[in-house]
Amino acid sequence: MTGMLYELTIGPFVAMAEFPLFFIEVLVGGLLSGVMYSLVALGFVLIFKASGVFNFAQGAMVLFAALFFAGFMDMGMPVLVALVLTIGVMVLLAYSIERVVLRPLVNQPHIILFMATIGITFFIDGLGQQIWGSGIRSIEIGLPKQPINFGEVQINAFDIISAFAAGLLVAGLALFFQYTRIGRALRAVADDHQAALSVGIPLQTIWVIVWTVAGIVALVAGIIWGSKLGVQFSLAMVALKALPVLILGGFTSIPGAIIGGLIIGAGEKLGEVYWGTALGGGIEEWFAYMLALGFLLFRPQGLFGEKIIERV
Amino acid sequence: MKLQARTMAALLGGAAMALGLAASPALAQGANEQFIPHLVYRTGPYAPNGIPFADGVADYYKMINERDGGINGVKIAFEECDTGYNTDRGVECYERLKNKGATGAAGVIPLSTGITYALIERSYADKIPVFSSGYGRADASDGRVFPYVFTLPATYWTGADAAVTYIGQQMGGVDKLKGKKLAFVYHDSAFGKEPLPLLEALKNKYGFELKTFPVAPPGLEQKATWLQIGRQYRPDYTIMWGWGVQNSTAIKEAAAVGYPMEKLVGVWWAGSEQDVVPTGDAAKGYKAIAFHAPGAEYKVIRDIKQHVHGKGQASGDGSHIGTVLYNRGVFNAVAMVEAIRAAQEKHGNKPLTGEQVQTGFENLNLSTEKLARLGLEGFMQPFKTSCADHEGMTPVRIQQWNGKQWQFVSDWIEPNRDLIRGLVEESAKKYAAEKKIELRTCS
Amino acid sequence: MIYREAGQFKTSYAADQAIFPIRQDRIGVALILLVAFFGVPFAANDYFLSTIFLPFLVFSLAALGLNILTGYCGQLSLGTGGFMATGAFAAYKFATAFPDMHIVFVLICAGLATAGVGMLFGLPSLRIKGFYLAVATLAAQFFLIWLFVKVPWFTNYSPSGVISAPPMKLWGDVWVTGTGATAATRYLFCLSVVAVLAMLAKNMVRSSIGREWMAIRDMDIAAEIIGIRPLRTKLIAFGVSSFYCGIAGALWAFCYTGSVEPGAFEISRSFQILFMVIIGGLGSIVGCFLGAAFIILLPIFLSNAPALVGLSISVATVSHMEAMVFGALIIFFLVVEPHGLARLWQIAKEKLRLWPFPH
Repeated sequence: MTGMLYELTIGPFVAMAEFPLFFIEVLVGGLLSGVMYSLVALGFVLIFKASGVFNFAQGAMVLFAALFFAGFMDMGMPVLVALVLTIGVMVLLAYSIERVVLRPLVNQPHIILFMATIGITFFIDGLGQQIWGSGIRSIEIGLPKQPINFGEVQINAFDIISAFAAGLLVAGLALFFQYTRIGRALRAVADDHQAALSVGIPLQTIWVIVWTVAGIVALVAGIIWGSKLGVQFSLAMVALKALPVLILGGFTSIPGAIIGGLIIGAGEKLGEVYWGTALGGGIEEWFAYMLALGFLLFRPQGLFGEKIIERV
Repeated sequence: MKLQARTMAALLGGAAMALGLAASPALAQGANEQFIPHLVYRTGPYAPNGIPFADGVADYYKMINERDGGINGVKIAFEECDTGYNTDRGVECYERLKNKGATGAAGVIPLSTGITYALIERSYADKIPVFSSGYGRADASDGRVFPYVFTLPATYWTGADAAVTYIGQQMGGVDKLKGKKLAFVYHDSAFGKEPLPLLEALKNKYGFELKTFPVAPPGLEQKATWLQIGRQYRPDYTIMWGWGVQNSTAIKEAAAVGYPMEKLVGVWWAGSEQDVVPTGDAAKGYKAIAFHAPGAEYKVIRDIKQHVHGKGQASGDGSHIGTVLYNRGVFNAVAMVEAIRAAQEKHGNKPLTGEQVQTGFENLNLSTEKLARLGLEGFMQPFKTSCADHEGMTPVRIQQWNGKQWQFVSDWIEPNRDLIRGLVEESAKKYAAEKKIELRTCS
Repeated sequence: MIYREAGQFKTSYAADQAIFPIRQDRIGVALILLVAFFGVPFAANDYFLSTIFLPFLVFSLAALGLNILTGYCGQLSLGTGGFMATGAFAAYKFATAFPDMHIVFVLICAGLATAGVGMLFGLPSLRIKGFYLAVATLAAQFFLIWLFVKVPWFTNYSPSGVISAPPMKLWGDVWVTGTGATAATRYLFCLSVVAVLAMLAKNMVRSSIGREWMAIRDMDIAAEIIGIRPLRTKLIAFGVSSFYCGIAGALWAFCYTGSVEPGAFEISRSFQILFMVIIGGLGSIVGCFLGAAFIILLPIFLSNAPALVGLSISVATVSHMEAMVFGALIIFFLVVEPHGLARLWQIAKEKLRLWPFPH
């Protein structure tokens, strides 16, 4: 019993101090994979921010986009053409979702919209695999995969590049929201649909734009995760990894998605390596959720989320 | 408008429910045909692995019908049912198909440890053989406790034993294992945990150090695991027990931390093209255990090409022929067909019930000559089953990925038969006690 | 014309407050119960009993549990699978630790154990609301499944992590689990359990605790102001809901599949039950049954329909079509009738009262 207590409280820190270089490797590895989670979380945040819909289909959209991209490339097209075509497909998807699902459900409670997005998940899962088959595809766009040595510390080149790409995307999106007219319109819609309508902002068009941007984010996430894992059905489960990031960072904050991702990524890896053995291993799955839950108890709206003001 | 839509919704809901209840298709089945249900997963998270296997089984059945006119004149009728690797869908498929055909199902191949466990429960009452080749319960090899379950030609315990023996051989002999470090990475489920008791027994026998690393299914996140293995523990060899996306992710993560591929040995469910192709060049040198050969040069595969693919009857898209999982499907179908043939020797050349086919499974004797006649020379090892031994316990070989295909890099490795059989009987006895099953007497 | 209350006078408050005040309703329900208890076991074959009716009963029970929590109390929960797993494993431990305990007591104890776990994971609900709570219940889901996979004590140290139900009997020679149990016995046992628990649930939601739940669901701040204690009410909701889900899980493991591994209660199971509740109708007892029937029968219908019509489609296409039709139907139902099949049934009854007159 005392052994277990030691292993859970003091042991991990002793282990961290014993081999500081390994600790740095785990930490950096965790931070980098956290950035990849943020990529997926970003899509959620975008849609929630602009339409108040918790889009459960984000994971399926990642798979959908990756399938089309891999499929187009397998058909022999060069990378840029495949990219443009897939973006086109995502625009089409966004438009159909807005038309078929969002418009008829305009004033429904949030849980109904959430359920509708689960319905969308099933639909595009089936559609994507019907068109492209259930076999596994690989995405090869020349990203390096070997480890690089910084002195004694070893970090994987792929992780660094994907973190860089994700960072660029996030910076771009943040600028988009702050400084462009459409970005402002999106923020207005997120604040209050009625007020935005009354000022003349076209709600339907905004929604199509938001879902398209979320689709493009899903595409980038799909390419990166697809290069890492291969394009197959399990890719859709990456969405479940992004949910703790959302809880931590708040549903409506882009910087929250990033910081949340970093915290969750690092926390998950450190937890698995240093606390995992004491608990039998394999704790990665729920550790992130417990971590996020812990944060929630102190800040119910997440680190950066909007404080929920309730009216009677 | 709303009213009409509502009425439509009500009608749709009612129609779906009513038709679902009524839907019990009675496909016309020939009176002189042997029915075999074909549980597959062509969709779902493990579809990339399920598709080639399903194709292999179906192609072999078709070939037997085309080339030989069936089994001693009795044609095979099989029906596919997609389980998506989901246990309750698997059970639903089984229940729907088990009584089809003139005499009911000859046997069932679940291809999922979860479905196997559920069907083992039902096998006692339904008397339909459950053929779980190289997966499922290792202790089901004891035919006295599990009369209707067959694990031939080798179980996970035989495989893990062979892997350790091979590692010992690589070090100069199993006595050199003492004090060496072995890592065991496994799918955190019934499938992955199955070899643990055997590895513990071998650890005590040979004196090596063993550290286990469970991976939560489906295994998308393994960076922490491989950082621990590759950078902290640094074992001499790693044995991997994974299925599906866990394998390709593991190989990628192992490569990412620079773990040498030649020191990574996977189970036969972690040694197929689907596991190594996504990683590209980094997977070169990765090894896996196998109880049958990969490749398309065997007579049986050539016959399938000629009689089935040549006539445009290929199952699926025909592209998987000769791959590891396709050949495994062929092996499963071979065993099923030969069991029916052996059963026909006792009961006559007609469609047989599951109970009759079980006698065939128990008296299966695939000798070297018989294998040659079937076109399987060099493809697999000869084996024999009996009333008490439902496994056969064949030797196992190591195959290695060279970047383009799988090749054998070792001889056939003999398992520690007494050690493994001892563990099997002990575990089966426990199961029998728990479920209050009486041991059969085998003469 | 047939469905009218004219001539039915109530002479006591009790009669007026009955669950089925209209005589035709009472007759209808009695007929359904008669058919269910006496007709189905004799008329249906083994396939129907064990793969359609049995899961229908088990799922309806789980849907009842979730509906109490999400439909009546408004706490969105995605941890149903985890609670079902808790019930299954608790029942297994009780059954193997006390081999002489009667199966009914095993179920009750399993339900109580799950209720305790449910209340524990319901504690955050005081601070967290809405989608945040849903994602927090996912923590419960993942943690519970991990626990049952990891801690060998739950499976009695079995190397495979799969629990299989020991043979248990109701009385004499009537086995309800294990290899000796026939499909009919298992079905009748589950039917009795579900009937009793559904009756209990219906009464609960009509009583003061039910009204407290609905008050919390509709306006929790206002409810607190008028004196309803939110923590107590929410915890009771979590407890009762988990009790039902726990028993559903135990019945799943014991009567339906016979052996179960934690993977059967993964997150996809939680979503499946949530679908049943949404399509059946949030906040409705009969909706649970309608939703469960729909979700169970739809895939069977979809996989057999092509054969009925004479088309031969590949198995993979059928599965994909299933997913697509499923998703499309969910969206369709949500657009057309967000209150689910129960509301459609209610509208049908209202129309029936006027029939054959238009208004």
